[in-house]
Amino acid sequence: MPPIADEMSDSALRMTNISLTFADGTQALENVNLNIQSGEFVTIVGPSGCGKSTLLRLASGLLAQTQGLCDVDRTSLGYVFQDPTLLPWRTVRRNVELNAELAGMDKPSRQKAANAAIGLVNLTGHEDKYPKQLSGGMKMRCSLARSLVLQPNLFLFDEPFAALDEITREHLNDELLHLFQNQHFASLFITHSIQEAVFLSTRVLVMSARPGRIIAEHAVDFSYPRHPDIRYQSDFAEICGKISADLKVAHS
Amino acid sequence: MNRIRRPSLRVNTLLPMATFACFIALWYLYAKFNYDNPVQRRNALPYPHEIITDGFMPVTDKVNGLRPILGYMWPTVKVTILGLSIAITLGIALAVLMNLSRSVERALFPYAVVLQTVPILAITPLLTQLFGEELGVRLVVTVLIAIFPVITNTLFGLQSTDQMHHDLFTLSHVSRRTRLWRLELPSALPSLMTGIRIASGSAVIGSVVADFFFVKGEKGIGYYIRTRQQKSIERPEMFAGTITASIFGVLMFLLVGWVTTRAIRDWHDKD
Repeated sequence: MPPIADEMSDSALRMTNISLTFADGTQALENVNLNIQSGEFVTIVGPSGCGKSTLLRLASGLLAQTQGLCDVDRTSLGYVFQDPTLLPWRTVRRNVELNAELAGMDKPSRQKAANAAIGLVNLTGHEDKYPKQLSGGMKMRCSLARSLVLQPNLFLFDEPFAALDEITREHLNDELLHLFQNQHFASLFITHSIQEAVFLSTRVLVMSARPGRIIAEHAVDFSYPRHPDIRYQSDFAEICGKISADLKVAHS
Repeated sequence: MNRIRRPSLRVNTLLPMATFACFIALWYLYAKFNYDNPVQRRNALPYPHEIITDGFMPVTDKVNGLRPILGYMWPTVKVTILGLSIAITLGIALAVLMNLSRSVERALFPYAVVLQTVPILAITPLLTQLFGEELGVRLVVTVLIAIFPVITNTLFGLQSTDQMHHDLFTLSHVSRRTRLWRLELPSALPSLMTGIRIASGSAVIGSVVADFFFVKGEKGIGYYIRTRQQKSIERPEMFAGTITASIFGVLMFLLVGWVTTRAIRDWHDKD
């Protein structure tokens, strides 16, 4: 689908009236509208099974909607799965090179890009390790680096830190924000954690139980760079409280 | 992520040796109490040491003992390795084809199972008619016996490729070929190697059994065993031949196991 020049100039992802009904008749998404500008970090929270991940699969082209329009440049897309999805037979370096390799980048350029990405996620010194030698947090960093190599305009994050312990998660949140500021990508992030959503995002969307609809939107006005301690401020807690109230509605 | 705790060397070698000692002891006891007449006993079930003295010895004589046994082993080794190589190549190719297309899988897989279940012995006349009685038919029997584990294990490995890894490759818009070489084959490797390991043992059986039915061409250890079976006086030689063939089977198994370990030890998580 060719982007419409005047409208798309600043939009990294635009979904218009998207609905998806599976072959078995289950309606997963209903009339979802979403517009992510470049430089925005948008997070979706919602009850499990509400179709959050489905929305990402749709944005990436892994699934096709049954109705509506999805405008996105799929040649410049980073997708970070819930699972690190590293290839166990490849070392960290070769895993990070994967996307660039599959995109046909020549060896010297992709090695250079991989080294830079490994540096960005603080994995320098672990290049020759295999995934089974890494901790959960390091695996996720490696997965992040793999997507960074091609410097995508839009990142899709499917609960990437859900399986990690709280401390590692907060640490990776900080690092992710750091990357977000320096690499200037737009993000669509999915999580169960309200705190994580508020800490990372410029905007938080709340999705209803199936069929998934966007039922609320909250702007988060803290300026970047964000200090880890803003999590303990009262205005931070206030936003979390509002989102939590919306989520209770979403569950019903 | 924890390494599997390796049993110590002591346990690794002592336990199998203890089993072996028990086996030999039982053999002696059974042979001693089951036969009254010593000559009858030697010609039916010789003592283990008689297999060495009358079967394997003398070591360098041209007609008796170890040297002719090894002479007959050589063609068996050749047929086994050649047959196994064909079974591996053909088996992987067939599994890849079946993995590419559901229709091909539906069309071929039942016959892969038939291959495994058909009694080779019953179709020897047919095989002779089609492939003669020399090297060709020996290879066919070996391949028929060894190919099934290669096909099933490779196919299982290819089809067990992680769905999220598939998604990852889909997002990069890769060709079918790239997906096969960069994703499916590497992730099938551990299970493929298991298939090859099972096949390596079967290939030895195949090449030995072939000698029982096909008597032209270069004769292997199966021929030696079969001819020694016919005269009871040569019972120790028969056992010596059988043991040598078994040792070869074990060596093949160990060799393939060693190659497997080297190929995947760095990354494969044993479950």
